[in-house]
Amino acid sequence: MKKVFQKPESLTDAKNHYCPGCSHGLIHRLIAECMDEMNIREKTIGICPVGCSVLAYDYFNCDMLEAAHGRAPAIATAIKRLLPDRFLFTYQGDGDLASIGMAEIVHASARGEKITVIFVNNTLYGMTGGQMAPTTLLGQVTTTSPYGRKAENEGYPMKMAELLSSNEGSAYICRTAVNNPANINRTKRAIKKAFQVQEKGLGFSMVEILSACPTNWGLNPLDAMKWIEDNMVPYYPLGEFKVKEEQ
Amino acid sequence: MERVLMKGNEALAEGAILAGCRGFFGYPITPSSEIAEYMARKMPKIGGVFVQAESELAAINMVYGGASTGARVMTASSSPGLSLKQEGISFISEAELPCLIVNVSRGGPGLGGIQPAQSDYFQATRGGGHGDYHTIVLAPSGSQEMMDFAMEAFELADKYRIPVMIMAEGTLGNIMEPILMREPVTKFSEKPWATTGCRGRKPNIVNTLHLGNEELESRNHQLFNKYQIIKENEKRADAFLVEDAEIVVVAFGIMSRIVKKAVIEARKKGVKAGLVRPVTLWPFPDEHIRTAAKNARLFLSVEISMGQMIQDIQLALAGRVPVEFYGRIGFTPNPEEILQEIMRLAEREGL
Amino acid sequence: MAKGKVKFFTDRCKACGLCIEFCPKDVLGFDEHTINILGYHPIKDLKPELCTGCAICGVVCPDLVIEVERE
Repeated sequence: MKKVFQKPESLTDAKNHYCPGCSHGLIHRLIAECMDEMNIREKTIGICPVGCSVLAYDYFNCDMLEAAHGRAPAIATAIKRLLPDRFLFTYQGDGDLASIGMAEIVHASARGEKITVIFVNNTLYGMTGGQMAPTTLLGQVTTTSPYGRKAENEGYPMKMAELLSSNEGSAYICRTAVNNPANINRTKRAIKKAFQVQEKGLGFSMVEILSACPTNWGLNPLDAMKWIEDNMVPYYPLGEFKVKEEQ
Repeated sequence: MERVLMKGNEALAEGAILAGCRGFFGYPITPSSEIAEYMARKMPKIGGVFVQAESELAAINMVYGGASTGARVMTASSSPGLSLKQEGISFISEAELPCLIVNVSRGGPGLGGIQPAQSDYFQATRGGGHGDYHTIVLAPSGSQEMMDFAMEAFELADKYRIPVMIMAEGTLGNIMEPILMREPVTKFSEKPWATTGCRGRKPNIVNTLHLGNEELESRNHQLFNKYQIIKENEKRADAFLVEDAEIVVVAFGIMSRIVKKAVIEARKKGVKAGLVRPVTLWPFPDEHIRTAAKNARLFLSVEISMGQMIQDIQLALAGRVPVEFYGRIGFTPNPEEILQEIMRLAEREGL
Repeated sequence: MAKGKVKFFTDRCKACGLCIEFCPKDVLGFDEHTINILGYHPIKDLKPELCTGCAICGVVCPDLVIEVERE
């Protein structure tokens, strides 16, 4: 018998604090598997957001920083500029990246910072109790859009992958989901490609990952996976939005 | 040694480079922009990093990231910009990341004006952002000190793992004075805590989150123990003619040079005036104030503000000697009007 | 058909059931006779003889509960 699946070395043994069926633990593992396969754990520096994954520094087995809300791309920028041969990734949720950290993410992309952003889109603020995020879908009920998000009051959900792909500095922008095994494998391939784009120095890379928040959606984990397919994917289409090739 | 004519802001920038600063992250604002401009010219030539950030928030968070690599890094701004940076300064203080933050200060509140001011004294000395913390605050009084203090700031920052702030009135950033160029720093301390990739060691974590009650309290105690050590070791002030002084004037930064002239003139008129010039605004040199109080009948705090440092003087004196205030905002008090105030108080007190 | 074996770190299991849902051979189910340290009925290989070692259970698990071996 040969081990064909086990915990990657780039994760610690710590048990994660996430709710049952939450996608964060899974996405952590996909990043760590890519780090293992590329043998870059000791050259990687990760930056956690504020949000449910604020404690990710306990789970990744590499140098980690905890950022102020939304500021991870600015922190990653400075580290990458000072240590250009290291791998930098930020791990950010939708409130962190698309709301309070909008300026930081757009400008890191515009500058073509050679960092990899893992953007976990679960349509709301998880840690604070399920409030509306810029990514909350129209009609979606959250604790701060209790009658459903309405375009005339709250505007439209932001499509970050599309928005950032319009920046020249973006070298690789992809949107994936983690709602079934095939999409999970696609997500891993996208993360690896993003790290490879960083390695080649092509520019900014981001993988937006549609993920589940069963607790705040009020769904069981299986229904949450279906909800991604039925509600998120139609508004947030999957695929590669920008692939800059080597010159 | 070489003597050159330099603008204060440029002297400060050159001092930082001589101290080994290899990362500058800033956002343009008058009257501090020459520091960023100098760094933009110099950094690419010496293998350093210059990034013009999209905002003051991004700039201070770049400092957070840059400092976490162990490199000597800095930012510079002016009063409204410093307000924006406070979030980052709180995080940097808790994460104990050494760095230099420069405030070439101007008048407020709000957008205020671009005239030199000292009205960010409370913000600088009380922490400024959320939570219990302090930064070391140095107040230079001329171009030479702009260079010297920039170098000193990085040494203090590394020694105590603390952000050090230089607070210089807009005047200091923009006047030109001849200065002696310093030698570059060649010895740097090890930073085993830096997040540089974990090759050959356990991962390092730079973090400011402490969810447990006991953990949070113990972190605050650790920080305050450090602040106590800094208070014991780093209070600095210059005293001038205070031995027999009956009126002790207290002023910092550019203001201290102006007051010195008024004190000399007052002496000529037979009034025993003296000057204490705080060099560190935090920790505040309260012992120097008490020493100068030996023969004092009256203290006078002269500030380019509505009166902020006066509270620290009152705290230091604990009611032993009354403290008067003279200040302006929008204008920098000149020697004549300070002399007039000293003479008015001397007459009132029968000195 | 390849033969597989699954090993569980049951103390990590939060009983989300994703592995049960996505296992193509219906090997897995909840162990209703056990309550783990987190308070859940953890996952168990109810029909171990059917396991092919495809590792899909591990891939979909958010909590690193599962290790998979294959012949």
